[in-house]
Amino acid sequence: MKNKSLVSITDFSKDEYLRILELAAEFEKNPTQDILKGYVVATLFFEPSTRTRLSFESAVNRLGGRIVGFSDSSSTSTSKGETLTDSIRIVSNYSDLIVMRHPLEGTARLASEVASVPIVNAGDGANQHPTQTLLDMYSIWKTQGTLDNLNIFLVGDLKYGRTVHSLLMAMSEFNSTFYFIAPDELKMPEEYKIFLDKKGLKYYECKDLTQYLGEADIVYMTRVQQERFTDPIEYERVKNVYILQRSMLKGCKENMKVLHPLPRVNEIATDVDDSPHAYYFQQALNGVYTRQAIITSILGVK
Amino acid sequence: MNDKQLSVSAIKEGTVIDHIPSDSLFKVISILGLNKLDTLITFGNSFESKKLGKKGIIKVSNVFFSTEEINKIALVAPTAKLNIIRNFEVVEKVKVEIPDKVQGIIKCVNPKCITNHQAVTTKFTVIEKDNLKLKCHYCEKITGKDNLDMI
Repeated sequence: MKNKSLVSITDFSKDEYLRILELAAEFEKNPTQDILKGYVVATLFFEPSTRTRLSFESAVNRLGGRIVGFSDSSSTSTSKGETLTDSIRIVSNYSDLIVMRHPLEGTARLASEVASVPIVNAGDGANQHPTQTLLDMYSIWKTQGTLDNLNIFLVGDLKYGRTVHSLLMAMSEFNSTFYFIAPDELKMPEEYKIFLDKKGLKYYECKDLTQYLGEADIVYMTRVQQERFTDPIEYERVKNVYILQRSMLKGCKENMKVLHPLPRVNEIATDVDDSPHAYYFQQALNGVYTRQAIITSILGVK
Repeated sequence: MNDKQLSVSAIKEGTVIDHIPSDSLFKVISILGLNKLDTLITFGNSFESKKLGKKGIIKVSNVFFSTEEINKIALVAPTAKLNIIRNFEVVEKVKVEIPDKVQGIIKCVNPKCITNHQAVTTKFTVIEKDNLKLKCHYCEKITGKDNLDMI
């Protein structure tokens, strides 16, 4: 993995996923070390994302590395019209690794082709956000003790949600069975179903959240956003159908955990928060360990 | 000279591109840059064709295309066949082939793709040849047969 950019979740192999997860477990036991002393990591956030940026910066700071970068491109040369590729070439000179987020899709791939240092994609528009996927996988692995043969429920916006698409791609390496719970407007795109068919994996589609919930090992919730609907009446009709309530959790498997990439709005009722099934806040913390694992393996210090 | 003779009039030296789907004829002209050539070109469209229903045909005098140029038109005219003409004789027949990778030529369908915002050469992997589908190397979105837009 040394010097390898992480742009898309499929850039890493199954073995590489597992190596990251094992390393993340090591960092969870011992998150504060001095192994990045002398390293400079650039965090270039061409669009704001406080949560993701702080998670990366916390990961680097706890390991003794230094951060340079910006959290809003309006204060940079981009606002003077500098091209992305020029900016990346310049920042390559100042850092050992670049973490970047950009509103346009494909920017991280382009950056990885011009940068002299590895790129970690922290989100390029609606395309990829691979470190989120790896922290989701770490959360699954940690709570289930395995990644193999799990029943994974993906709920809400399955059409536009990049996190569910990437998670599906990655978990397809581990013989998962998928349950797609979504309104018609936000159904899982055909290309992902074809992908699963080709891999010989089972999946079920269902509009009702509670119907099969007793089968679930992981329930991955996402937000149903009003702006995704062409018909506002349709939004009003379905917006409350995909809200997870505590009362729905009766009869669920004991090991079942609820995940959410956050921020949550109302799709998980707050009465779920103190249920033993709720895991979304720990999931966010796992992001720091997972990012420590990703950065140190790419820099070759682990 | 009647109409029929005109439509099949032979060329001495050059290339005949036959079996072009009728709706792609003008795209082929544009991809090969024929509108910028200063040579004798005849083309016809909506000829009856058993295979295609309707087909177009282009005859270009004194021009011979490279394989790379020929394969560019495969994206819009996968059925096209080229006859290379020397001294009124067909000396070679060439089929177009959809390449596995496509650089330049077409735009990514995704308005949020970086290639539509900065001067970046588009790159695609052809993931389906029959029902043409190209995956953008950058934004990973699929551009299909129905939304091919030439650069």
